[in-house]
Amino acid sequence: MINIEIDGKLVETERGSTVMDAAHKAGVYIPHFCYHKKLSIAANCRMCLVEVEKAPKPLPACATPAAEGMKVHTHSELAIKAQKGVMEFLLINHPLDCPICDQGGECQLQDIAVGYGGGASRYTEEKRMVNPKQIGELISTLEMSRCIQCTRCVRFGQEIAGQMELGMANRSEHAEIMSFVDSAVDSELSGNMIDLCPVGALTSKPFRYTARSWELSRRKSVSPHDGLGANLALHVKENKVARVVPVENEAVNECWISDKDRFSYEGLNSPERLTKPMIRQDNKWIEVDWAVALEYVANGLRQIAGSAGAEYIAALATPHSTFEELYLLQKLMRGIGSGNVDFRLRQSDFSSDGKLTGAPWLGMPVSEINACDRFLIVGSFLRKDHPLLAQRIRQAVKAGGEANVVHAGDDDLLMKVANKAIVAPADMVNQLAQILKALIEDQGAPSTQSSVLNPQSLPALQGIEITDTALSIAKSLAAGERAAVLLGNFAQQHPQAGQLAWLAEQIAGLCSAKFGFLGEAANSTGGYLAGAVPFAATVQGMNAAQMLENPRKAYLLLNAEVELDMHNPQLAIAAMRKADMVVAMSAFKHQAMDYADVLLPIAPFTETSGTFVNAEGRAQSFKGAVKPLGDARPAWKVLRVLGNLLDVAGFDYNTSEAVRDECLSQGALADRLDNHMDDVELQGIQPGPLLQGGEAQPGKFQRVTDVPIYFADALVRRAASLQQTNDAAPPVAMLHGDELQKLGLQSGDLACVTQGGISVQLTVKIDGKLPRGVVRVPAGHPATSGLGAMFGELTVERA
Amino acid sequence: MLSSLIQDQINRELKKYPVDQKQSAVMSALRFVQDEKGWISTDDMSDIADYLNMPQIAVLEVATFYHMYNLKPMGKTTITVCTNLSCTLCGAEDTVAYLESKLGIGFGEVTADGKFGLREGECMGACMDAPLFTINNKKLCGRLNHEKIDQILAELDKS
Repeated sequence: MINIEIDGKLVETERGSTVMDAAHKAGVYIPHFCYHKKLSIAANCRMCLVEVEKAPKPLPACATPAAEGMKVHTHSELAIKAQKGVMEFLLINHPLDCPICDQGGECQLQDIAVGYGGGASRYTEEKRMVNPKQIGELISTLEMSRCIQCTRCVRFGQEIAGQMELGMANRSEHAEIMSFVDSAVDSELSGNMIDLCPVGALTSKPFRYTARSWELSRRKSVSPHDGLGANLALHVKENKVARVVPVENEAVNECWISDKDRFSYEGLNSPERLTKPMIRQDNKWIEVDWAVALEYVANGLRQIAGSAGAEYIAALATPHSTFEELYLLQKLMRGIGSGNVDFRLRQSDFSSDGKLTGAPWLGMPVSEINACDRFLIVGSFLRKDHPLLAQRIRQAVKAGGEANVVHAGDDDLLMKVANKAIVAPADMVNQLAQILKALIEDQGAPSTQSSVLNPQSLPALQGIEITDTALSIAKSLAAGERAAVLLGNFAQQHPQAGQLAWLAEQIAGLCSAKFGFLGEAANSTGGYLAGAVPFAATVQGMNAAQMLENPRKAYLLLNAEVELDMHNPQLAIAAMRKADMVVAMSAFKHQAMDYADVLLPIAPFTETSGTFVNAEGRAQSFKGAVKPLGDARPAWKVLRVLGNLLDVAGFDYNTSEAVRDECLSQGALADRLDNHMDDVELQGIQPGPLLQGGEAQPGKFQRVTDVPIYFADALVRRAASLQQTNDAAPPVAMLHGDELQKLGLQSGDLACVTQGGISVQLTVKIDGKLPRGVVRVPAGHPATSGLGAMFGELTVERA
Repeated sequence: MLSSLIQDQINRELKKYPVDQKQSAVMSALRFVQDEKGWISTDDMSDIADYLNMPQIAVLEVATFYHMYNLKPMGKTTITVCTNLSCTLCGAEDTVAYLESKLGIGFGEVTADGKFGLREGECMGACMDAPLFTINNKKLCGRLNHEKIDQILAELDKS
């Protein structure tokens, strides 16, 4: 620690920190534009010039290391003169038309100009004009003349997003921020550049000129999308969410949010919003009152429970539903005698149900990811599924960590990957077993006391051959001090998810690593804690897959669009069509119009209070920011009334907080999180058909399925701007070039993809990084929703 | 695609730098492309980016920062006249006027037959030879007067 004096205040600061850091500690504000605490130091705006005693000229506070005994004056005559001079230079080319600028009122340049700018400009010559660039559907550069070349956006791309998409072309007066030949900025974090831009050069395309910043009221909220639970501020104008920006929370989202969090609000006002309860009568949809609709539902459920039995009623919810909604849904179901309730719609292997000792979670606090030095990421389209967790891992890798990947696809993670095993889905278990075996051989047989390894399982590893990649991964993990083994969405959706998780836990145990699940959605951990799983209470029932395999007579759907949200949409649709009654509680009209009998308009996260329990087990509650649209009502209220109508005891809640508190009173959250599984025995591990070297039947492939980032939930699917990005391009079938050649197809050809007897036509594309014998077909899109399970065999033929 | 000659040249450059810092060779790579083609297109830039495993925009940043890279087709011979202070004091304006009248083109233009291009340059650091121009950034021709320019152009015309 060193002592320095800033404006007469003594501050202690770390060796190697800058005058700017020390000033923050002392609570002294130094004006700045290019400096940002999360980005590297550029020192190119010069706004932070300060006077340092014994230095011959003013120095930039952001780039001057603090030294013992240094005396800094931020408001001395010299400093103020320097700062005013810089401001005058900055304003030479910057347009002086704040009233018509979209950034006006929330502009750092405008604010600082109030303090340091002149009342009038001495510059009368022509100002520089910069032509707007086309960089995609999310960020507008129409006002590029306002750019002051701080390069924050460029550095954000390089350092945080991991891909440099914007750069500063040309030199000095001609310097311009642009992308390469007007290509779109594709980063899933690109929206943060809008926040970072200290002027009005980069603005939000969907939001531009729809509101002035002072007309907006700011309400805190939590992202309903991925398992991180990013903290949001909803900016509301006239009872509409006008835009979304991050709320800084170092422990969760730092100061960033993903584009999905930022721009999904457009879906809230989509024309597809369901605003009136509707009942199907004589195959026509008629709008009815809430009372009529709920009475209809209650009667229907009562009848089915009475005639067929309560076990013929099933409930499916998305993990994007709030904690309160999930809790009440399962309480309602169990209250009427059915345990058929599940929120794990895309999961296919439920073998760990009943063996889990707690709710699966990240295995560590989110912020600890940055401190890990070894990663094994199993089955995850990491960047698109968890944009901000990927960012944290990227920082850890940059700081010297090593990332290892076992997966069936090889998308660029925009970080250095030390070792990767890209194998067909059927070989993933084998691949993990290899790593486990390599670790055991490396460390000697584990003693039963010290290890979690179940010795009965060891024989199953005997026939496994360790490949070089597996050995390298094992070595990399063993060499780490703070390793983490993380299971992604793909691994959790895998038909052998239980085995994968068990192996991952053993691997983690052997290298003292943290073992965790990356949560697919806002309540992927919360859903377990809310008890919205069939094995959670004494009244047990069927899981999401069983409910479809054994069609039920009635389905309650909470936020779920089964044609897009389920592991096997084909099966789901068939089950819905067969059912006597399907009640769709949804914020949107969707394909349920074809198969449902009742549509209940419920409020999306901005219109209800609720809680999301994120992957690290952090319960974050939020309040409704706007009134529900039309006759939509918060789902917890709908479920409460249904509970009352069905005479289920304990449904007299007045607030969502009462629901939450009741559920949370069952024990401290932290104690209920546990990834350990009891009594799992490793089954004999057969190498997959591809590993055996056998030729697969021509035209038959293992399906690899990703859920593209902007098709992942009901809200983003309706966010207009996000739907125009490259990430939302219509699905294509991707295959290895060799496979394509064998089929006599070329990239861009139309192919007929068949699964479960249903064919769809998709364009084929080459992805040379995919393993042979697989075809990658995305889920979550109407173009592929006719197909069957996310895993399994399908055929590809020339169309 | 970068020609095999360019690839060989870049590979030789790459030996000078650590293996994980291939982008250090970007300026040389741009130069090789310009030597071969006379100018650098954005397609060439993205080829270089792929070859050196660096972002395309980073190549564009370098290519647009330095004056000597031609970002549009120039003549077979590009004449770059220095118009900085020393040269101007020694008659660079006259050199430019004479070249313009002889070639019938202005700065940034190419003759109809594609033989000559004319560019305005910055100080070449050889002020004792002012006024001067360079030929294809490689050869410096100093102490220019009308006869000397005629002679140089005639030679270039022949070659």
